[in-house]
Amino acid sequence: MSNSGRPLSPHLSIYRWPITMTLSILNRITGVGLSLGLIVLAVWLTQAAAGPEQYQYIRATMASPLGKLMLIGWTFAFFVHLGNGIRHFVWDMALGFEIRQANASAWAVLILATALTAAFWAVKF
Amino acid sequence: MGRSYSRDCADGRFLGGEVLSLRTPLGRVLGSGSAKDGTGHFVAQRVSAIAVLFLGSWFLYSMYTIDGMAYLEVIRFVSVPRNTVLLSLLCVTAAYHSSLGVQVVIEDYVHANGVRIFSLIASRFAHVFLAISSVYAVLQIGLTT
Repeated sequence: MSNSGRPLSPHLSIYRWPITMTLSILNRITGVGLSLGLIVLAVWLTQAAAGPEQYQYIRATMASPLGKLMLIGWTFAFFVHLGNGIRHFVWDMALGFEIRQANASAWAVLILATALTAAFWAVKF
Repeated sequence: MGRSYSRDCADGRFLGGEVLSLRTPLGRVLGSGSAKDGTGHFVAQRVSAIAVLFLGSWFLYSMYTIDGMAYLEVIRFVSVPRNTVLLSLLCVTAAYHSSLGVQVVIEDYVHANGVRIFSLIASRFAHVFLAISSVYAVLQIGLTT
């Protein structure tokens, strides 16, 4: 792109970091994370279909501390992506664009996702 | 003078009372025309999001009620016909939604043309592969037990 000293719009590093930016990038990161989770879902189902001996391997991986941590991460990612997706649906209806509303919904998604993740795993431990 | 003059022409500014542009219509479209596709991707992303919203929530609720680590519980769960169908649907719609999302991420961050096209094709193939292997596994469990 040619540029001859024309003014540029302020870029990421200029702004004070707002919570909405965190949610925006988190939506992407959780989305990509969940995409990787689809591989685990496929392996989990394939190993279950392969029989109990095969299943022991994926079971052991999932039950290991690192495996559990990743599963917790995926549930959190799911809830964040779900909440933020609903946020996007509301925006698609041209609602909730005021700064205060956008900040509030961002925090709501984070708090709700944390609470749901905690509730989900409370029964598992 | 020459540089700004040609830019004026390229932008189609008013010169002597009429819009003057030296750009061909094709050049204008390639330079700063459409975003390469219409609203199809946008709509598909949202429609598949609705499907994954319900199916994904159902799946997580199911994993909440059963022990996903225990082999027999998983087999028993998947072989209930309703669950076989819903799980198959989840695998397909989630892979589709994921494919659309990863496509946007690649288009945003991978700029080298060859790498970008390769990544886009690889991602699409991987998603179709994931969807089909998952559905095959689900049906295998559902039909044999």
